[in-house]
Amino acid sequence: MEIPFTVSERPDTGLTNPKFGIWLFLASEVMLFGSLFSSYIILRTGSLDWPVQSDELNITIGAVNTAILIASSLTMVLSWTALKEKQFKRFKLFIGLTILFAVLFLVLKIWLEYIPKIHHGHILSTNTFFAMYYLMTGLHALHILGGVVVMIFFWGPGSKMWQTNPDQFVNRIEVVGLYWHFVDLVWIFLFPTLYLL
Amino acid sequence: MTNAEYSRQSFWRQYIFSVDHKVIGLQYGLTALSFLLLGFMLMVLMRWQLAFPGEVIPWLTFVVIFILLGLAIVFLAGKKRPYLALNSLIFFGIAALIWYFTTGEERLPGGIMLPEFYNQLGTMHGTIMVFLGVVPLAVGAFGNYILPLQIGAPDMAFPRMNMVSYWVYFIGGVLMIISFFLPGGAAQSGWTSYSPLADINTGQTMWLVAMLFVIISSLLGAINFIVTTVQLRVEGMTWFRLPFFVWTQLITAFLLLLAFPSLQIGAIMQLLDRVAGSSFFIPAGIIQGGKVLEYSGGGNPLLWQHLFWFLAHPEVYVLILPAIGIITEVVTNNTRKPLWGYPAMVYSLFFIGFMSFLVYAHHMFITGMGTAVTTWFQTTTLIISIPSIIFLAVIVFTLWGGSIRFTTPMLFALAWVPMFGIGGLTGLPLGLAPPDIHLHDTYYVIGHFHYIVAPGSIIAFFAGIYYWFPKICGKKLNDNLGKVHFWGTIIGMNLTFAPMLVQGMAGVSRRLYDGGLGYDHAQPVLFLNEWMTWGAWIIGIFQIFFILNIVLTLRKKSRSEENPWDATTLEWATTSPPIAHGNFITEPFVYHGPYEYNVSVNGQNVPYLPQHKKMDIED
Amino acid sequence: MDIPFSNTLLIMNNLEKPSSTNHNNRYIIIGVSLLILTILTVWTSYFTATVGVSIAIALAIATLKGSLVASFFMHLITEKKLILVILFFTVIFLFALIFLPFSDTMNNVGIPNDY
Repeated sequence: MEIPFTVSERPDTGLTNPKFGIWLFLASEVMLFGSLFSSYIILRTGSLDWPVQSDELNITIGAVNTAILIASSLTMVLSWTALKEKQFKRFKLFIGLTILFAVLFLVLKIWLEYIPKIHHGHILSTNTFFAMYYLMTGLHALHILGGVVVMIFFWGPGSKMWQTNPDQFVNRIEVVGLYWHFVDLVWIFLFPTLYLL
Repeated sequence: MTNAEYSRQSFWRQYIFSVDHKVIGLQYGLTALSFLLLGFMLMVLMRWQLAFPGEVIPWLTFVVIFILLGLAIVFLAGKKRPYLALNSLIFFGIAALIWYFTTGEERLPGGIMLPEFYNQLGTMHGTIMVFLGVVPLAVGAFGNYILPLQIGAPDMAFPRMNMVSYWVYFIGGVLMIISFFLPGGAAQSGWTSYSPLADINTGQTMWLVAMLFVIISSLLGAINFIVTTVQLRVEGMTWFRLPFFVWTQLITAFLLLLAFPSLQIGAIMQLLDRVAGSSFFIPAGIIQGGKVLEYSGGGNPLLWQHLFWFLAHPEVYVLILPAIGIITEVVTNNTRKPLWGYPAMVYSLFFIGFMSFLVYAHHMFITGMGTAVTTWFQTTTLIISIPSIIFLAVIVFTLWGGSIRFTTPMLFALAWVPMFGIGGLTGLPLGLAPPDIHLHDTYYVIGHFHYIVAPGSIIAFFAGIYYWFPKICGKKLNDNLGKVHFWGTIIGMNLTFAPMLVQGMAGVSRRLYDGGLGYDHAQPVLFLNEWMTWGAWIIGIFQIFFILNIVLTLRKKSRSEENPWDATTLEWATTSPPIAHGNFITEPFVYHGPYEYNVSVNGQNVPYLPQHKKMDIED
Repeated sequence: MDIPFSNTLLIMNNLEKPSSTNHNNRYIIIGVSLLILTILTVWTSYFTATVGVSIAIALAIATLKGSLVASFFMHLITEKKLILVILFFTVIFLFALIFLPFSDTMNNVGIPNDY
């Protein structure tokens, strides 16, 4: 038995199940990160000794990481269009680049930001700013990690589906792409909030 | 996959890790009912302590009752029904848990309850009832089993995700029970887990981990329900032909989807406060036992309350909306009349779902909010009571002039109307800040929300179980036993919860270990504690009739008719129980609204017109 | 969905779907403008403006960037009405989540959280 509208679009809504599902998931994620921003505002405005954030964090690394994520978002959308044009090799190239950028982001985040900070003794219990910093960026980094795992799957073993069910494969890449752009979008707001203001 | 292929699947695939929404619905139902029973038992232990403070709790009686119940199920199931006999494990398990409580020196030594253990029981009663009992029963069980059938879908939109959400919930529940066995015991900061107490109290870590599992399960389930309802309706099932139950499940799923993330963040933050030493919710210079704790400070305890109630207020609508859906189905079916104001119900539902995100801080009137903010929240709170009144009014108008059949599900549904009315009306004083200052944290609050959840939601679930049992098992529950169960439950519940309102207005605080014994102002209403305890016993004893009814009915050989209630909705368009995979032998087509009872076709009165039967209705 | 919603969304739905062949260039232009906006937001942060002004500038640029990503990379601009309606309500609830708790504590801005 097949579930209807897994691959094809339902005529009256114009959506497939997975695409509708991922948008609902993203709506939930909006509220998830929204709670973080809400908490951040309350904790920061309620604090008298909030450190000057740009003194504590390295704006250059933050900006470079922003650029990396934007580039990965671009390669993600290009990989999807390549697949729609049935250019499988180009798809593999672009999603490979996306994975590369994502890993680069995590490497910069962990080796150049988390580890030196922990060496300096700046951890969650130092003050509320660092607690908030680790929580917000950490949760975001977990989302990146999840995305990397899924993209590696679709770059490697998952891409066999291109031979058996190309339509569904294109849909799956679109869904992964939506998730990935959302993770990028969250960072676009995290970067000025934590590094610049 | 054909039916024959399906039945060749292994036992594990068919019954344990099944992706069939009906099996998952039953798994949810059985687990949630077990948790309701467990949560109820914890409460009976507490109630004994409240009525007879410091006296020995008759724990051996409880253990014996549960062992006897378990043995009765084994005996009644017989050798031919090993799966039915397995359910006795639930009763043996609860008996073992109560026996375990009396061992050791920190819980119930010799049957006398320690204050710390009273706090654990209170916290776990609330948590288990709300998050592991009522929500999974309302959404996981009824939603999973009935919703795809009512819209004519072959299954949920994401069957594997459906399975995952059950098992994640199951793990969360098991972790919650395990917390009783950890050093320091279970969580003891109340089901609301207010910071900073919950940040430093023992037992909270496991509670938070278990809650994260439950939250993830609800989020996955919510996505599944929305996609299923929107995408998998059969042809002809337009939005305004949806049974009202489906509408309630849809709005409930949106509430779960958009409200639960805030508690998720809150739980992660509290967990970090506990294990990583951060101070999200801890102000500077907090003192415990005369010692200043080593926290950097700078946190805000009220932030927890905001994050918690942003979830927990929509959550109370998650508890009650599916119940209203069930009541609507049962009432229309048994009055043999169309629903009086279907569009009004749907629009009220949308309105209640929307407003429920804007009212939450009425739980926080005494935290020192400014007057402007307080005014906002009490205004929105009173506005949100309007759609609830529309629901009640529509159901009463539907009853008016109907030829009512007093079947067991209908008895529960009829009792629901005044019970929910009491629950709702007692909430109004709590929604206004001035009376709330007097009533906050008293037994009045407990009475109010128990009237909503126990004679409100749970009574509706009983109605649903009696109503859909012939669909699920192909056999009708015994009517006489059902009526005994009904009267015992409804009398017991009122005996338990009405005195709470009285005690609360006299100013007796909630969460008191001795039930108010140490307070002068509580003395005149202290005798009510015993009433409530006997009320709880009455509820408990009459549930035995319910359990025996189910076991005895499953033993019966004779099957009921395919559509014993002469109902119109699509779940009755297939066999009972529906075929294993795919639900419908031929995909139905929908021609009518959901409640076409006693309509006239070709000048003749048709007693009921199923949604999938093609006939032209005359106005 | 037969829920009335603004006509603009209807019109947006009727826009021609971008055929991917011609629109790789568009994606690249969006990507480059996102990079430029990133540099811009870092650059503006070095000017010592008042707190209110710098928050406004940073949020405005972030919102612009976010809407570029959402509109074009996530194709919200041609998305189905149902999804737009759901996101519209999600954003309302997001504002509730941010501003209702803040409305409680904003009277205490600058007052330390010790009780």
